[in-house]
Amino acid sequence: MCLGIPGLVEEILNGAPLERSARVRFGGIRKEINLAYVPSANVGDYVIVHVGFAISVVNEQEARRIFRYLEELGDLQDLESNREASPWKPV
Amino acid sequence: MQYLTEYRERASVEKISAEIQRITTRPWALMEVCGGQTHAIAKYGLQQLLPPEIELLHGPGCPVCVTSLAIIDQAIAIAARPEVIFCSFGDMLRVPGSHSDLLSVKAAGGDVRTVYSPMDALALAQVHPDRQVVFFAIGFETTAPANAMAVFQAQRKGLGNFSLLVSQFLVPPAIETICADGDTRVQGFLAAGHVCAITGFEAYQPLAQRIRRPIVVTGFEPLDILEGVLMCVRQLEQGTCDVQNQYARAVPREGNRPAREMLQRVFEISPQHWRGVGEIAGSGLRLRPQYSAFDANQRFPRVTTGRDDSRGCISGQIMQGRSKPDDCPHFGKACRPQSPLGAPMVSSEGPCAAYYRYASRYASRYANRKPARSQYEKQELPNEH
Repeated sequence: MCLGIPGLVEEILNGAPLERSARVRFGGIRKEINLAYVPSANVGDYVIVHVGFAISVVNEQEARRIFRYLEELGDLQDLESNREASPWKPV
Repeated sequence: MQYLTEYRERASVEKISAEIQRITTRPWALMEVCGGQTHAIAKYGLQQLLPPEIELLHGPGCPVCVTSLAIIDQAIAIAARPEVIFCSFGDMLRVPGSHSDLLSVKAAGGDVRTVYSPMDALALAQVHPDRQVVFFAIGFETTAPANAMAVFQAQRKGLGNFSLLVSQFLVPPAIETICADGDTRVQGFLAAGHVCAITGFEAYQPLAQRIRRPIVVTGFEPLDILEGVLMCVRQLEQGTCDVQNQYARAVPREGNRPAREMLQRVFEISPQHWRGVGEIAGSGLRLRPQYSAFDANQRFPRVTTGRDDSRGCISGQIMQGRSKPDDCPHFGKACRPQSPLGAPMVSSEGPCAAYYRYASRYASRYANRKPARSQYEKQELPNEH
């Protein structure tokens, strides 16, 4: 129910403050999403979307934190080689 | 970064899993509050990646599962009215009321429609001025701002044919209620990441002190959930009860201010009845008096509900983490997704549905027995968007 999916803001469609919306891409799907609650979101940002509304803008620096932590846990070489071979690597 | 696939990489997941194993010295029981996390735990077999000492208990974070029988009966009565277009998220259609469900109303000719967003229902009200459009506004703090925006816009546009049947819930009072039960086994909480994306987690600090248990705001991907477990276990091992934020990429400390302001404007806090659990003070959100014109309960006659015949469903026990789905004598026998006895088997976020669907990937009864490594080797982490 609180499913939230990250999507990429591709184009602002409506600029009116409480009806601001954008075309957002999720993998291969594009959908018009309401941006009223993320006034700072712009083209190129990733937003978390729930029932048609963007509820937060993904913070890239924070997104990398866990991977820095993993590096501290041990070297990530095996992970890197794994990523190259990953069958679901985004093209 | 795609913000999905990286968090499903097996090597990363195994690394965190090994770290949890390294720091765990004794048994701990954690509760993940959100049904979305319960679903991911079952789907990816995360319980099996934990050391035998760690048990995950499943929380009440499934609004479909906790919406009261009285409200479902009210929904069924409203949806059956000829002037009504009744809009709902798909999960609610098969939840059993006293005598029927919304899908049966639809089968009998009722205009019941599944929508993706409350704004879709609002759009329907604009194009059908001669019909009453009612949206079944269920949800937690994550969904409530969308419901609030629909009402706010309906008032701005002067729509007299749009209303909400509200069944909204707040997470912190439920956490407190679970802990007030002297028998609870829960020693730490993984808080629902998307709820906190709206509310922030400043209010969780005093809560953690009151319940004397650690709370870790956690995301939904396998790596997120395991890191949430790691952070929570680390606190338990050190004897602290602080609030930590594992999901900082989506959750700022203060949450989402514009969404919170809209919630404040449209809704007020109220007591709320949780199916199988009972009434919890201050755990609901209802329309403020100035928006009462958009309250479906004011607009349509109230129905008196039948006896709460749960037909043997132990949802209350499950939603409070006292029982696991496979503790129920009906699980997988009389109660299956095709013929559910209760809501937790209907909703895609319900713990029973998650256990049933991914039965081969978990073993709650044998949670304390790690599978052979080769079993996990065979398990792919699928790519889904």
